[in-house]
Amino acid sequence: MDNPTQIDESRDPLQIAEHWVDEGRDVALATVVETWGSAPRPVGSHLVIDAEGNFHGSVSGGCVEGAVVTEAMDVLESRKPRMLEFGVADETAWRVGLSCGGRIKVYVERLA
Amino acid sequence: MDLAALKSLNADRRARRAAVLVTNLDDGSCRLIHEGDAAGGELVDALRQAFQTGKSGTVEADGKKLFLNVHLPSPRLVVIGAVHISQALAPMAKVAGFPVEVIDPRTAFATAERFPDVALDAEWPQDVLARRPLDSYTALAAVTHDPKIDDFALKAALDAGCFYIGALGSRKTHARRVERLLALGATAEQIGRIHAPIGIDIGAASPAEIAVAVLAQIIRAFRTRGEEAKGAAA
Repeated sequence: MDNPTQIDESRDPLQIAEHWVDEGRDVALATVVETWGSAPRPVGSHLVIDAEGNFHGSVSGGCVEGAVVTEAMDVLESRKPRMLEFGVADETAWRVGLSCGGRIKVYVERLA
Repeated sequence: MDLAALKSLNADRRARRAAVLVTNLDDGSCRLIHEGDAAGGELVDALRQAFQTGKSGTVEADGKKLFLNVHLPSPRLVVIGAVHISQALAPMAKVAGFPVEVIDPRTAFATAERFPDVALDAEWPQDVLARRPLDSYTALAAVTHDPKIDDFALKAALDAGCFYIGALGSRKTHARRVERLLALGATAEQIGRIHAPIGIDIGAASPAEIAVAVLAQIIRAFRTRGEEAKGAAA
């Protein structure tokens, strides 16, 4: 029976992260830690990324995931966490932005 | 996040246990905290609020910048009794964000025709609750009027610490129910948590209106978890 109160393990980023780690993959976790304005995904949302660039979950409606994946690969290599910020008002720092007009801060760390 | 924290957090989430992952954004270290854990310093209030509201966010505490990621089990509603009230309560509760499961062993009541798009079990509560136990993020409304069906579920809800427990019936009916629950081993304090007569007092007359009153009571119980029924009117 469809039971929406249970975690859907095939789509849940944190469960997937655990499976990936168990498979011996190098995994980074991106988390939305702050939002301003109309951000598409709430604070606490996750994107998990492996060293090959595979990813699951989302930190926006698809607007900035590409950039987060690229940054995550660097984080996996440097092993140092990083804070990213995206938003339409912030054109100098990032080429990608949120078309909805919101701003988000995303924390990217390596699972270790 | 370290792997041990990830595995514990996932285990908590699978078991429907509330947890907050606190990450120090300055050095990347993290700590997993459960409801009721002793936490010191300036974090106490932020944690209490986190467990209460379920909202994640960054806070400054004890000179550190911390991110609190709150993982609460999604609340749900179990209704004992596939009766007229439940036919109104199930769709309304779903709209309000509480997935609903209706349990009634009487197959004449528990039919898909009467409950379209509702998780329905035409079985005894004993059997269903053994498979999917109640917990503190579950609300239970017992509305069959039949002690043979309601009583076991009510006792199970008291033992599981459901955030809301309501039982249909007049004060007189409830007085007899109290006697039976005492005989089942429930304490008077536990029994005091049962909302009976069920629903906030809005003068509800029809089954649908009673459903509104019950849903309102469930929402209040959920939003005031841990504050203990202060100002509860019903």
